[in-house]
Amino acid sequence: MKILIIGATSAIAHETAKCFARDGAELFLVGRSSEKLAAVRDDLNVRGAKRAETRALDLSELDQHQEMIQSAIETLDGLDMVLIAHGTLGDQRLSQENVTKTLEEFTTNCTSVISLLTLLANYFEPRKRGCIAVISSVAGDRGRQSNYVYGAAKGAVTVFLQGLRSRLAKSGVAVVTIKPGFVDTPMTASVRKGLLFASPRKVGEGIYHAMLKGKEVVYLPWFWRPIMLIVKSVPEPVFKKLSF
Amino acid sequence: MDLQNTMKQPHSWGRYPKVRHSQALSIYWRNELPDFAQLEESALPFAYGRSYGDSCLNAGGVTLDVSHLQRFIAFDDETGILRCEAGVSLAEILEVMVPRGWFLPVTPGTKFVSVGGAIANDIHGKNHHRGGTFGCHVTCFELLRSNGERLLCSPEQNSELFRATIGGLGLTGLILWAEFRLKPIINPYIDMDHIRFASLDEFFEISAESDADFEYTMSWVDILIGGESLCRGIFMRGNHNQSRELAAKPMKKRLPLAVPFDFPRFVLNSLTVKAFNELYYHAQVQKRVHKVDSYDPFFYPLDSIHNWYHMYGKRGFLQYQFVVPFEDGHYAMREILGRIRRSGEGSFLTVLKKFGDVQSPGMLSFPRPGLTLALDFAYGGPKTLRLLEYLDQIVLQSGGAVYPAKDARMSAESFQAFFPRWQEFSAYVDPQFSSSFWRRVTDNVAQGDKGQGDREGRPYNTTKRAAEQHSV
Repeated sequence: MKILIIGATSAIAHETAKCFARDGAELFLVGRSSEKLAAVRDDLNVRGAKRAETRALDLSELDQHQEMIQSAIETLDGLDMVLIAHGTLGDQRLSQENVTKTLEEFTTNCTSVISLLTLLANYFEPRKRGCIAVISSVAGDRGRQSNYVYGAAKGAVTVFLQGLRSRLAKSGVAVVTIKPGFVDTPMTASVRKGLLFASPRKVGEGIYHAMLKGKEVVYLPWFWRPIMLIVKSVPEPVFKKLSF
Repeated sequence: MDLQNTMKQPHSWGRYPKVRHSQALSIYWRNELPDFAQLEESALPFAYGRSYGDSCLNAGGVTLDVSHLQRFIAFDDETGILRCEAGVSLAEILEVMVPRGWFLPVTPGTKFVSVGGAIANDIHGKNHHRGGTFGCHVTCFELLRSNGERLLCSPEQNSELFRATIGGLGLTGLILWAEFRLKPIINPYIDMDHIRFASLDEFFEISAESDADFEYTMSWVDILIGGESLCRGIFMRGNHNQSRELAAKPMKKRLPLAVPFDFPRFVLNSLTVKAFNELYYHAQVQKRVHKVDSYDPFFYPLDSIHNWYHMYGKRGFLQYQFVVPFEDGHYAMREILGRIRRSGEGSFLTVLKKFGDVQSPGMLSFPRPGLTLALDFAYGGPKTLRLLEYLDQIVLQSGGAVYPAKDARMSAESFQAFFPRWQEFSAYVDPQFSSSFWRRVTDNVAQGDKGQGDREGRPYNTTKRAAEQHSV
């Protein structure tokens, strides 16, 4: 199994990578910090990865995407699966006051993902097999005043993936949309933890199984599906008065 | 970040004492470390909270959460030398390494401890008479000091700090990663014997015939029977199974149970403990039972019940583990067991074992040749504390020691007598590290500017300590 993991130093992606490493997969890890990538690579090697290669890259540099994907394909001699897991939970208040900040958030969480997906779709489509999994978010299911910039970026990714899934279905390529709820990771370090928080391990393992099965839309943990069903069905006149 | 707003206060396994920390700092990466100059209070590492008392707590100070440092770094499958971050749990090591034919060199009765904690408490296990403590198998580690220095410590390099940190209760700095030797095994199974014994003398007899041939030994004991036999129990001994065929046999997955809420106080009392002991002792009908089982139930019977501390109710419980030299073993056991019986306090899970003479490099290491007994008592207020203080005196007279990793109440005088090298050790304590335990067991000495107590130089006096122990 040859897998490209983008945003490989995120706690969730690392947990998924551990599952693949246990199976003896070959991994190509992309992330911003070379030190962190090395720490993740060493861990995956001990856990049984057949090989693990790294590439440090700031994913907001869109013009580097083509070259990075090409180097992953050449290094591993082809790709079977891709997991796109990078992202930032930006500060909603800062984004409201600053257009540049908002657009930066969009570049990281949306534009860069769409750029990668476009390139990867064209790689997988003619090969007629493979799996593309992307970590979106429950926040993309409905815009909320507390984090609609992040939510809008994730929502755009979710819609993009819906379309891409239909297009690639004909070629037998699976497109998996992953919607985690609250996860206890460095990204949420400053958030008060409640009962709804899941461990990165649980979510990471869920992604691994979803990728192997080629699922469509996965909520992790599962209980977010009914929760979001309710959240989505609240009428707008009521929803706008809610404080979350 | 303010702890009170973001997460629950960390607690130790016994849930006594209950203390408040000023701040929790999570460490996620070895290349993103805290700047100690920014901290106003002393700091102490914390991972999974499996220490029983207050050696992992730092009331009023900073708790450094290292549980996210859980990456492996390197493994050499020729030598079995593993290097990993300090927050990796022993459970994780077993999960990854047992299928490849490697086992922990030493393991305590729970696998949910971190590697950093295993070193800081210089833990021991059922193979102490053969393998010594965990610290005996550590080849090196990296220690972060509060001045920002990152020191490689080994028997050759920074060797004094190496010896101080093994068994050093997290006080010498933050262990970032460690390297130690694993042990080769053929399969995950253990050949085990359970042998009933009716007296302490019989325990010694079985022990004597077992030590040479069995890598692992320990006994569950019933100490409430009274009379000349002192105790009865079940001697458990085992060796790694050597069959190559068994290596291919899939292990049964056991679903963990959980104790979801605090039991009310009346559930555990000397009568129910007696009844439990009676049942447990007689559940084994034959004198001797032999079986082959996977390593999990042999080493970690209690890990299958999550949060078992809830059995002791809201007030928590105290563990008490002591070691006494063999010469005084009989006398000390007679005195201690007699005293416990008279007190009416029952110890639910009592474990007896002989420590061997393998010397640990650790300065403050607890195990020493002799007889060790681990007891637990539901916290019942001052009368429980009085009982344990009395037991300390007997242990002192016998030239023994009490285990800091399980302690929440021993006096400074007792600690200093149990661990005569404590002053030599204190020279290696990091000036910005401290713990509730350490302040308590050194509170009869001027604290100076060591950063023990608060940084304004006000010593922690008894009143403050008492407040710290009883505040919630």
